[in-house]
Amino acid sequence: MNNPNNIVEMVGITKSFPGVVALEDVDFSLRKGEIHALVGENGAGKSTLIKILTGVEQPDRGTIALDGKFVHVRSPQHSQELGISTVYQEVNLCTNISVAENIMLGREPHRFGSIHWKKMNEMAQHAIDRLNIDVDVTKPLGNYSIAIQQMVAIARALEVLSAKVLILDEPTSSLDIQETNLLFDVMRRLKSEGIGIIFITHFLDQVYQIADRITVLRNGKLVGSYEASALPRFELVAKMLGRSLVELDAMAKEKSQEEGGENKQPLVEAKALGLTGTLKPVDLQINASEVLGIAGLLGSGRTEMVSLIYGVTTPDTGSLVVDGKEVTKFSPLESLKRGVALCPEDRKAEGVVGDLTVRENIILALQARYGWFKFISPQKQNEIANKYIQMLGIVTPSPEQLVKNLSGGNQQKVILARWLATNPKVLILDEPTRGIDVGAKTEIQKLVIQLAEEGKSCMFISSELDEVMRVSDRIAVLRDRSKVAEYANDVDEKTLIQAMAGEV
Amino acid sequence: MIERIKTFVARYGALLLTLVIFLSVYFAGGQLYPAMRKPQVFFNLFINDSSLLLVSIGMTMVILSGGGGIDLSVGGMIALVSTASAALLRAGVSPFIVLPLMIVMGVALGALMGWIIQSLKVQPFIATLMGLFFTRGMAYIISLTSVTITNDVYRTFALTPIHIPFISKAYIYPTTLVGPIMLIVAIYLSFFTRFGRTIYAMGNNEQSAMLMGLPVARTKILVYAFSGLCSALAGIVFSMSLLAGYGQFATGMELDAIASVVIGGTSLSGGVGNVIGTLFGVLIHGTIVSILQFNGTLSSWWTRIGVGVLTLIAIGIQSIFSVKTKRS
Amino acid sequence: MKQTTFLKKIRESQLFWPLVAWALILLFNAIVAPGFFKLGIIEDPVYGKRLYGNLVDIFNNGAPLMLVAIGMTLVIATGGVDLSVGAVIAISAAMGAVLINPALGNQLITNDILTRNATNTPLPIIILADLAAGTLCGLWNGLLVSRAKIQPMVATLILMVAGRGIAQLITNGQIMTIYYTPYFWFGNGYILGLPVSIYIVTAVLLLAWLLVRKTAIGLFIESVGINTKSTYYSGINEKNVKLLAYTFCGFCGAIAGLILSSYVHSADGNNNGLNYELDAILSVVMGGTLMTGGRFSLLASVIGAVVIWTFTVTVYSLGVPANALLAAKAVLVLLVILLYSDYSRRLTNRLFERRGSQHDRAN
Repeated sequence: MNNPNNIVEMVGITKSFPGVVALEDVDFSLRKGEIHALVGENGAGKSTLIKILTGVEQPDRGTIALDGKFVHVRSPQHSQELGISTVYQEVNLCTNISVAENIMLGREPHRFGSIHWKKMNEMAQHAIDRLNIDVDVTKPLGNYSIAIQQMVAIARALEVLSAKVLILDEPTSSLDIQETNLLFDVMRRLKSEGIGIIFITHFLDQVYQIADRITVLRNGKLVGSYEASALPRFELVAKMLGRSLVELDAMAKEKSQEEGGENKQPLVEAKALGLTGTLKPVDLQINASEVLGIAGLLGSGRTEMVSLIYGVTTPDTGSLVVDGKEVTKFSPLESLKRGVALCPEDRKAEGVVGDLTVRENIILALQARYGWFKFISPQKQNEIANKYIQMLGIVTPSPEQLVKNLSGGNQQKVILARWLATNPKVLILDEPTRGIDVGAKTEIQKLVIQLAEEGKSCMFISSELDEVMRVSDRIAVLRDRSKVAEYANDVDEKTLIQAMAGEV
Repeated sequence: MIERIKTFVARYGALLLTLVIFLSVYFAGGQLYPAMRKPQVFFNLFINDSSLLLVSIGMTMVILSGGGGIDLSVGGMIALVSTASAALLRAGVSPFIVLPLMIVMGVALGALMGWIIQSLKVQPFIATLMGLFFTRGMAYIISLTSVTITNDVYRTFALTPIHIPFISKAYIYPTTLVGPIMLIVAIYLSFFTRFGRTIYAMGNNEQSAMLMGLPVARTKILVYAFSGLCSALAGIVFSMSLLAGYGQFATGMELDAIASVVIGGTSLSGGVGNVIGTLFGVLIHGTIVSILQFNGTLSSWWTRIGVGVLTLIAIGIQSIFSVKTKRS
Repeated sequence: MKQTTFLKKIRESQLFWPLVAWALILLFNAIVAPGFFKLGIIEDPVYGKRLYGNLVDIFNNGAPLMLVAIGMTLVIATGGVDLSVGAVIAISAAMGAVLINPALGNQLITNDILTRNATNTPLPIIILADLAAGTLCGLWNGLLVSRAKIQPMVATLILMVAGRGIAQLITNGQIMTIYYTPYFWFGNGYILGLPVSIYIVTAVLLLAWLLVRKTAIGLFIESVGINTKSTYYSGINEKNVKLLAYTFCGFCGAIAGLILSSYVHSADGNNNGLNYELDAILSVVMGGTLMTGGRFSLLASVIGAVVIWTFTVTVYSLGVPANALLAAKAVLVLLVILLYSDYSRRLTNRLFERRGSQHDRAN
């Protein structure tokens, strides 16, 4: 081993799933007493790397060494035995039982054939004291905030499993600033005890606040590992998005000033639209024949914003005007009737109805709009289905194929077809190109531009900046659950990245 | 001090509420019908509802374990156990063989349902509904009509009153004690063993309990086996107090038990509640039935309707409570 | 390879397995009791010439179950279940009986009032009241499930138990015998030599089929059963879809209650429609609808009900007592559920495909 300080040393890790290479030749190392941030956008391979380290997945190639010894991590249980513990954003503990039980259950002390509560509470209190937090271990876990619950999970990892390596997977996503600082205090304390911490987050502020080193992954490949102090924030975002600085500077110069758009009629107008705890009040306008790009990292509030506009959730501040009419009823059906359609982010849970056919999936929203009794005749259904299968190039043996049997890209096109069939005025696309192949991606981008030319307005959300820039007329940038900037399409990527990173 | 009171209320609030409801219903009954003020009426609650208490204890554990856990087979189990023991006794088998045999049968059937639910991934209500029909069917196969029990041991258990000290003319029967004893067993299991704590943990979040390394699969099978045990004991108590066995015994008792459990503060989604609350749930149920009986003009079917309404109210109160806790 | 795809189509049709099961039971009867299939025509004193025989009886007596199976199919397709169908049958039966006989309140009913062949209420109103009572029960279940968000099992269990109380309340706790002849027509009458109940089942099946397949409702029900969230995102009001399914199930239970009470000439709150929930679930599962919801076939469920009833009649004819049959049916339900589960489906598919794989590769 080249560095005796490394407790974890992963070399040449490669893992592919049917159709995708999730990780390709990735190296990763974690030192003793280090907080190491692992960053990257969706599909970068962070979770696959962690799954391999924790034994959930087995690598196709590559080696893992722990404390200088090569290990083969067989299962999650095995990884825990090896001293690797993970704490997730959603705490995997039980809120109804006491803090002490959550820490000790499985290794609880017994006396006279029953649980020795007094001793168990003492042991749990000891574990909690180590983290220097104020918790009554006899109270139910649910009485405490998510932050404390996470720390209880950490206490369990340290006490019951004597962890040497702690993986914190998006632990701060649902914490406020105070809670985050509390967690950071605990992390620093553990660091001083020599525990190695892998910290996964999409909050760049926090990366710089706490991490010693940063490893960036992108599209399953290692971009690099850097000392946090030696990597400016802007450069980090550029690396996450796969741009080099030289390239960006060149692009900024090249981009010509295009003519500003003529004064267009706003089709959707949001004023101070917001929902407490979800989205800070946002002003937004979408005009006819326009593509509005939404740029923002994961967790910036982009999905929350479109959920409000589509009426999945009801806002508690501000107003929304669609096509000149103030919106009072918020529900998908009402939005559909207004001519607003949302192609949701989570294709599997919110998009496809797997056991229905392609045809049925395509006409579903149109039928919903028509209501129960104005039934679209089978001939008409076939007509519509065939039209969109051709138009979008959906690869399916027949319209009667079950949607669950199609590939991801084709499923996405079916969902798109569902919304196009309703002939919407405003089409909101939330990550429409995630997890589909390059060909399909380009087709969807082309389609969006074409739709705008036909007079529809689109909102296009994507984690991939070049895609957003290619299709959008205007680009709104979201960060930390609020809109921070808006640019015309002549903006250069550098400015966008700065806005997303919070360095305006 | 205030902090301590707060903690106490937070922890035992639901239980206190059930207790208060019981006391107010009981005293309201006493106001309406002076005959209800006799101490024996209170002990009659235990005598009449001893079977219900037993199945409700088992039901509580099953519901606590979460995942849509429910045991609809309890009434059928009572019918089967009563009929089978009556038939065996009539055939001259010693009660000291019959009793353990019935218990083993109950545990085995419960464990079988648990295994079907756990390993074959059949929804609990389907598996136990099949259990209900299976056990009732078996009872009818044994005998289509009521079988009377003449066995001396059974008669002794059924007919020897135990006088309550210090209270004149108040008594219970030996069979009445089975319920409270099982209650103590259930309290011990749920608060002082890993088995019990695992039930609570998996009732809250099965995935988490599994990740915590707790024996979820085994516990799920065992909890249905425990409910089977309780139902078998209830069947024995039932047959002893009526000195008969019949396939139509305890029809609809599944809802009585579910109602008692829910009234006792146990959440149908699992993980919240305890068997002590269930005791008061059973007592509230029993008191309301007594009031209906004391009224005299109200007929038996009102009990069924009343239990339905009571369940609905209890579920309603619970959902209001759970909305509140989610908000805070 | 047209032939293999044709065979595959048949095998994948929801009607295939229930028909196979029916054929097997009929075959068994053909061997054990050759007289089983005997059909004949007799002169009925009231209804004229009519067909008689075991097969006619199966359809006539099984009619209530077939009706309940139709309603239950829709409920199960949404991913729910209705345990109260038996109680709804009892309520509907009680409603009919009490409107014929003047047994409202606590008044003493003398024999001559009861036994005269007359009614207190015009027949159309009796029928309407029956249907309204059952539909109301269904609506109640639907509201509890879709609006109050109570698990279907618990919501309908309440009516399963309380409903029998309500039925007894209506008849004042008595088993009411009905002496009003025109009421018997539904369960005992004949049109063109065939039982009236067969026509009623056909009509309800047709109505249900029109309702779900000639409107968008069927698609919406399936969509809700498969993926409620996606359905909601697509702009469908999933609550109303569920409400409709439960209400329709109540309506079917009401008609079943009408026929049943008409057939047995009485209303008994405790025993009318006893254990029908089990048989109905079994019919639906046998018809290939998954307990978790999704794709359904009304016709397959009705055939499922026919299979159950034929099975019941066959076992009776072997001399097994009625109630003992319960135990056998419980085991049967469980087996069928397991047979139709994902796991065993994959297993059979693999078995079939291994044999067909060479053909496929040749393509």
